[in-house]
Amino acid sequence: MTGWERFTDSFFNARVMAQYLPKIIEGFGLTVVLALCIIAAGLAAGLALALLRAFGIRPLNWLIIFVVDLFRALPPLVIIVLLFFGLPNAGVELSGFVASWLALTLVLMAFSEEIFWAGITSVAKGQWEAARSTGLGFLQTLGYVVLPQALRITIPPLTNRTIAITKGTALASVVAVPDILGAANAGVSFSFNPSPLTLGAIAYLVLFFPVVVLGRWIESRFAWKR
Amino acid sequence: MPGTGRAPIVEARAVHKHFGHLHVLKGVDLVVAEKELVFLIGPSGSGKSTLLRCLNRLEDPSSGSVTVDGIDMLDTRTDINKARQRIGMVFQSFNLYPHMTALGNVALALRKVQGLGRAEAEAKASAALDRVHLGDRADHYPLQLSGGQQQRVAIARAIALEPRVMLFDEPTSALDPELVGGVLAVMRELREDGMTMVVVSHEMGFAKAAADRVVFMADGLIVEEGNPGDFFDAPKHERTRNFIRQIERH
Repeated sequence: MTGWERFTDSFFNARVMAQYLPKIIEGFGLTVVLALCIIAAGLAAGLALALLRAFGIRPLNWLIIFVVDLFRALPPLVIIVLLFFGLPNAGVELSGFVASWLALTLVLMAFSEEIFWAGITSVAKGQWEAARSTGLGFLQTLGYVVLPQALRITIPPLTNRTIAITKGTALASVVAVPDILGAANAGVSFSFNPSPLTLGAIAYLVLFFPVVVLGRWIESRFAWKR
Repeated sequence: MPGTGRAPIVEARAVHKHFGHLHVLKGVDLVVAEKELVFLIGPSGSGKSTLLRCLNRLEDPSSGSVTVDGIDMLDTRTDINKARQRIGMVFQSFNLYPHMTALGNVALALRKVQGLGRAEAEAKASAALDRVHLGDRADHYPLQLSGGQQQRVAIARAIALEPRVMLFDEPTSALDPELVGGVLAVMRELREDGMTMVVVSHEMGFAKAAADRVVFMADGLIVEEGNPGDFFDAPKHERTRNFIRQIERH
């Protein structure tokens, strides 16, 4: 066997790939569901915290900042492991899927809160003043004037961060979730051949490449009209 | 005494404002009669913009009283959002909403504050844009308009709510010289239609031509006031004389 043959036999072994493709596809579906749940809950919670912070209630803001800094500082894998192996000691048993979802949701919440907050504070003070001077209330100004501008500014960093964190779904394989990486790893163990990992890599590309492209499209779609 | 015989629209008494250790307003009285155009001038840091912003409570005065159209602006029971509809404000930096068209900018408060339906709000907004001669720019976004046009949209946004008084905070200071005239012309027309106006500005030509009264502020106090003729030709105080000389050198 030449080096090239060894390489293709290890990473592009058609027989092994065909055998484990169904499992990878199942893992793909699971990863998509997990990622969507994380994105929906994480971004909603992050936006909610940023809006709450806009009210400027001091003790509440200290709490928000503490929580956000906590989940930005902890490695996502540590949070997953703590939730999965730690919480049962407190009488709360989470499945691997729920532990992974919750952990990555908290991390996305923390990072997206900071991004939303930066977007809100980057809207010029004059926008608030102009809106308030016409009689719009605080919430109306936030909703109709400030937030639409803040969201446009946040789209690029938010897309990047969302992709980075949803790629963390691969960590779920550590707590026995059969996502793409989990399925691929299992395939490698059973077949003694790393080809399923290649399939996994392709599956991640298929999943995230369109998301990256979509991010670019949204950015250009929402640029200011000049 | 200017404004005699007409009911005051704006009545600010003994207004003080502190920003931390800075004492920006040191007991200012300003009474503006209906249909009067009062011009506020003074060196930067004199407190004229702060005084203007105290009138619609964009700044909270530290003490004193502010009454606009009979409403006690500093009373905690006053519905400030309701009161502010009677006080139009135009800013140095226009502050148009960049994500809305000119029409959308003008219609927003009509819809969300006054509760008009879309059609009615847009009809009123169109009429306001016509008054500033920008009826044909209704569907343009702010970044597609010149500075002068943006400022006129901002004026339309304020007058659409049919305020009792208009506050102008250096409305032409951010404009290229050739665009100033269009904004001043619109302000002239507003005045001719009987709008009560308080204007912070350095446009002395406009003050001489259109103001009923010029108020000169320095160091948080009103130093001198009078009708434009007396004020510019025979200022009483040394500080006023120096200020007018400096302005006219430009």
